[in-house]
Amino acid sequence: MQVALFIPCYIDQFYPQVGIATLQLLEKLGCDVSFPLEQTCCGQPMANSGFASLSKGCDANFVENFSGFDYIVAPSGSCVLHVKEHLQDAAHPEKAANIRKNVYELTEFLTDVLKVEKLQARFPFKVGLHNSCHGQRGLHLSSMTETMTPSFSKPEQLLNMVTDIRLSKPKRNDECCGFGGTFCVFEEAVSVKMGKDRVAEHDDNEVDYISGGDTSCLMHLEGILKRQGSKIKTIHIAEILNSSL
Amino acid sequence: MKISHAALAEKFIADEPRTDWHDDTLWFVREKRDKAAHGLPEWEQLREWGSQIKDHTLSNLSNYLKEFEEKAKANGIIVHWAGDGDEHNKIIHTIIQKHKIQKIVKSKSMLTEECHLNDYLQEKGIEVVDTDLGERIVQFRKEAPSHIVLPAIHLKREDVSETFHEHLQTEKGNNDPQYLTEAARQHLRDKFVQSELAITGVNFAVAETGGFVVCTNEGNADMGAHTAAVHIACMGFEKIIPKAEHLAVFLRLLARSATGQPITTYSSHFHKPRPGQEMHLVIVDNGRSKQLGREDFRNSLKCIRCAACFNTCPVYRRSGGHSYQTAVAGPIGSILSPNLDMKANADLPFASTLCGSCTNVCPVKINIHEQLWKWRQVIVAEGYADSTKTIGMKTMAYLFSKPSLYRFAGKMGRRMMKAFPFMTNNKFNVWYKQREMPKPPKESFREWYLKNGKINRK
Amino acid sequence: MSVRENILNAIATNQPTLVPLPVLNRTAVISYEDRYAQFKSVLESIGGKTELILNIEIVIEKIRSDKANDTFIIDTISAESIDTADTIALSAFELEKVERAYIKGTVAVAENGAVWVYESQMKNRLLPFICQHLVLVIDKNDIVATMHDAYDKINVGSEGFGAFIAGPSKTADIEQSLVIGAHGARSTTVYVVE
Repeated sequence: MQVALFIPCYIDQFYPQVGIATLQLLEKLGCDVSFPLEQTCCGQPMANSGFASLSKGCDANFVENFSGFDYIVAPSGSCVLHVKEHLQDAAHPEKAANIRKNVYELTEFLTDVLKVEKLQARFPFKVGLHNSCHGQRGLHLSSMTETMTPSFSKPEQLLNMVTDIRLSKPKRNDECCGFGGTFCVFEEAVSVKMGKDRVAEHDDNEVDYISGGDTSCLMHLEGILKRQGSKIKTIHIAEILNSSL
Repeated sequence: MKISHAALAEKFIADEPRTDWHDDTLWFVREKRDKAAHGLPEWEQLREWGSQIKDHTLSNLSNYLKEFEEKAKANGIIVHWAGDGDEHNKIIHTIIQKHKIQKIVKSKSMLTEECHLNDYLQEKGIEVVDTDLGERIVQFRKEAPSHIVLPAIHLKREDVSETFHEHLQTEKGNNDPQYLTEAARQHLRDKFVQSELAITGVNFAVAETGGFVVCTNEGNADMGAHTAAVHIACMGFEKIIPKAEHLAVFLRLLARSATGQPITTYSSHFHKPRPGQEMHLVIVDNGRSKQLGREDFRNSLKCIRCAACFNTCPVYRRSGGHSYQTAVAGPIGSILSPNLDMKANADLPFASTLCGSCTNVCPVKINIHEQLWKWRQVIVAEGYADSTKTIGMKTMAYLFSKPSLYRFAGKMGRRMMKAFPFMTNNKFNVWYKQREMPKPPKESFREWYLKNGKINRK
Repeated sequence: MSVRENILNAIATNQPTLVPLPVLNRTAVISYEDRYAQFKSVLESIGGKTELILNIEIVIEKIRSDKANDTFIIDTISAESIDTADTIALSAFELEKVERAYIKGTVAVAENGAVWVYESQMKNRLLPFICQHLVLVIDKNDIVATMHDAYDKINVGSEGFGAFIAGPSKTADIEQSLVIGAHGARSTTVYVVE
């Protein structure tokens, strides 16, 4: 199984440990993982700001890098959703369509494609799970409190395979953290307030870590936690699933 | 220029305890909605029906409107058509003039808010008494409703108490909602029994029967409409549904979505004026036919004004309805308002994290968050994005299309952050105002990979 | 061209290709084993009262006792009911003083506690809204499960006016605190006749 690893730009630049954990985890689980070296970004920052028209070059580069693999896997629900919904390449429409079909967020790849049932991971901490909106509502990684459908959660399913972990849920289990891409600066006040409110609920649960599938949300929450001088740390779910503490 | 949503939101949030209260109160309404929806195993099916009935109606709208008009006329209702808000206001003004009417009561109608009817009539020296309790409160305060179902949700009981003390001479400092509501009841009953003309909104208009339905909890629409010699009901043309049996679907969805009630207290079905009464119906376009022609946005016209998307929206809950400066605020307002005035409302589709919760609660399955995304594209294409944003985006797009340049910029950026943290940690960096910057690592993932990855191991 | 034609033409031009109406297959719609129990529990949860009575005589007795106590009531139910024409003619000023109105309903809905009342049953459209206290009477057999069933049993266009009434008038417009008795009836009691 040929798996291409897609490491979103901000993870590449600021959170390499998330990329490393993702790669190691996939290799541990027997995947033949390639990392296309000329990859940059999925184009979401432009598109969500209304500039989808500017992302053609970025999209073409993405298609060039990620064509010909069985699967493309990324540790980000948000970037994967963007690719699934919006990746276009006028010169290679079929290649783009294939990528849209074969791109997976890490946890859904583990539960749905690899059908992982156990993990050699240990993480002896109390962890509050943050459900990132694009993964949850966009990719349906878990059921949503708004809809009247059976309850499930792919990230929780995986975290429950980790030894000694104690999972906790915030009071509002799937409220947005307020990152929202450029929203975080153009609507700074609301963005920070939303983030503070998320942090407060995890704080009430006395967690050691806030984890989730999207580093962008975690970066935003981390920024708030650090400014507050909080002891709570953030960690990407891949790091926990790859952990052997 | 209009003050931006972001600036007004910042002002709202400056009072953090009040923001928390606003957020919690509306979240509580959202939870009541969840509980009500959970009570029906067929909830998702019901939403699907609601959505499909509305889709069908929009696809056959001109015929349904003609059918409705014919039946309504046969029922004795006088039907008017208004191309925009101004025409709507003039029609109403003409009716008032014809009857030389002084005493007018109005129950909640978002359409009349959209058309600024009260202001229009006030300029002509005509006073309209809003009779919904929340609307009466904000009318006394000369404010706009901040929520389409809960117009005074931005106010606390102390505020209402002060307002009523001033206008209704209630006891100073008596903040008891029961006491304050009783005072409003006495005051408004007096207005009702004297009323000569009643204006109401319309929740649903049934093509098959030529009648319309008005829903309230307070009973204010009925108190006015059944007292006054003249009743004017105002509706946007999208309120049409094909048959009476479809009311079952929408009445089951509406109150559960809005407040978590199984149904509003009163669901009144008007078909004919009562003997001696004159009943008018004003059907308004005001941009709706244009929205109908926008393929990506037409299904916003399915909206039944339940406000579930307001209550669930994490941005609305923390910025308040007035930050939108539109008759309909919240997520649905942000996809309706750019159609009315794209320039004035250009920032509204950006007042969202695109979390998608609005779409999930919508009883008629409007893809609200997708339309927010699409409006952003339209607004930028029409040239309503600010120029600094445009330059930034163009630079970013260029970098991401040139991998080596992207890597160079990333590396330089990280080095700068490390060597000169003050370059980013300063007051010009909006992120840094209330958040720390991420700590730049010594190498990027790619740099690590080139040393430690499979290519190296081989 | 008139405004009307302008609007209708714009709509005809802009409306999408016809899509079919859905068929409402109600097999999945909720039903209740005990519709009366459901009706009662929902109505009470929204501030209304329900009482199961053996026969209509019990209501008539209450009407008589109200009258004996000089309570200003309007009775549209019993044979000794006041003249219908008089009721229709009462002004809002007069009706505002009505302490209790007794009205027969057509159908009651278990899922939401609502009762359908036709104009012919109200006698005066204003009555069920303006009275201080509302008493509705319904036959137990006329309690249906859902609104779908209710619309099967009524013909909304057959009269000039009709309404579903579910409990007393209420508001939560002040800080979301529920207050019963906004503008309409302060209480709604439904007598269900076995």
